[in-house]
Amino acid sequence: MSATVKWFWFASPQTFFPLAGTIARWCAIAAALLAAAGLYVGFFVAPTDAQQGEAYRIIFIHVPAAWMSMFLYVVMAFWAAIGLAFNTRLSGMMASGIAPTGALFTFIALWTGALWGRPTWGAYWVWDARLTSELILLFLYLGFMALQAAIDDPRRADRAGALLAIVGAVNVPIIYYSVQWWNTLHQGASVSLTRAPSMASAMLAGMVLMALAFWLYSIAAALARVRCIILERE
Amino acid sequence: MNWGGWSEFWAMGGYGFYVWGSYGVTFACLALEILFLLKRSHEAKT
Amino acid sequence: MIAAARCIVVRDLLLALRRRSDVATALLFFVIVASLFPLGVGAEPNLLRAVAPGVIWVAALLSTMLSLGRLFAADHADGTLEQMLLGAAPLGVVVAAKSFAHWLAAGLPLVAIAPVIALQYDLPASLYGVLALSLLLGTPVLSLIGAIGAALTLGLRGGGVLLSLLVLPLYVPVLIIGAGSVDMAAAGLAPAGQLQLLAAMLVVAAAFAPWAIAAALRISTE
Repeated sequence: MSATVKWFWFASPQTFFPLAGTIARWCAIAAALLAAAGLYVGFFVAPTDAQQGEAYRIIFIHVPAAWMSMFLYVVMAFWAAIGLAFNTRLSGMMASGIAPTGALFTFIALWTGALWGRPTWGAYWVWDARLTSELILLFLYLGFMALQAAIDDPRRADRAGALLAIVGAVNVPIIYYSVQWWNTLHQGASVSLTRAPSMASAMLAGMVLMALAFWLYSIAAALARVRCIILERE
Repeated sequence: MNWGGWSEFWAMGGYGFYVWGSYGVTFACLALEILFLLKRSHEAKT
Repeated sequence: MIAAARCIVVRDLLLALRRRSDVATALLFFVIVASLFPLGVGAEPNLLRAVAPGVIWVAALLSTMLSLGRLFAADHADGTLEQMLLGAAPLGVVVAAKSFAHWLAAGLPLVAIAPVIALQYDLPASLYGVLALSLLLGTPVLSLIGAIGAALTLGLRGGGVLLSLLVLPLYVPVLIIGAGSVDMAAAGLAPAGQLQLLAAMLVVAAAFAPWAIAAALRISTE
């Protein structure tokens, strides 16, 4: 009995509110420090790439942003599922809080991908599998946000969005593999999209540091947004 | 440590437009998000 | 359970028959959209032959999406939907039956009309079979997935456009595999793989979508 109480203790928005604030503040500071470290490594430690020159340094934002965009969608769908299963208000708020940040990182991944593609493949946009899947992921995020915005009742908005997020999450692997198949079939611009060919350890370190920085930033932003949602609703 | 001076830093081997276009937009987006959140938080508290 | 399903299918088909214009409008939309593309990209035969499968599939997608609005709207307006939610028949069966009826009125005619559009695009007659089969397998999936969106957006303002935004990303795999099957056949390769994938999608959609549609309806009508 006490075990159940403890588990759901922080499921109440009131109790979660101050905790969210504390976590958000610490994550924000850590994110800034990690970003500084990552950028330092990325620009001053990692060597120039043999084939792509300095243009490859976009990778330190592009890849972590893409990782985050996918990771955040899964987390969003997770909280959505918890909210539907246990009927907890806070879970739905968490999903709503994550969505805009996830959409933002998806946009950043697409934007930096385009600017990276121009000097390396010669075109701002290529219909390669990953970029196309990322574009569809952006549509999934925006659809979620649009649906929630169109529903006035917060409970219905949470639950409708949750169902959409889960259906979307189930579809993401299917979408990715069908796009990948489609891309190999229509190999128009058959450039092999890879990161910098040989991943020097400094490059990898830079990417990982930036990824961690983005992750902690996402936590801070999402929790800050959840706090706003709690204030607005309760 | 590869540092060749400020002009080389901004030029980025000729790719300055792409590199700084990426980093610039990214930081602008993140800054905007933080600003929106601060504004929302302020409005929610009043 | 079967009786309930049959009852609903018959009822929905009767209603569709009485509102023939709704059904016809969606089909006319299919034809018009397909006719617009040559006007936009030029009438060069090789180009049209190449884009025909994709264009026909996209037109089918859009036409299906247009017709999704009436799937639940009429029943919701006159209270029948509430009765279905409270009724004895399992909601999953009810929505599966409604989706099936929707497909019969909105998707199946597309399969029939598609070869005529293909004629416009000078698609080789040997590909008509693959085209029709791919649509035959794909349009039910479109109806099922679309029904989830229709249930989620029930009664919302901006419903039609919002529905499109929600549902189109989910349609992408069906579009890719469906149009891809015809492209494979056009290239002289066997389309069996893609068609089997479509069949698999249909089976999975038929198994899981009714549950999601029912859940969405409950969420939307509470």
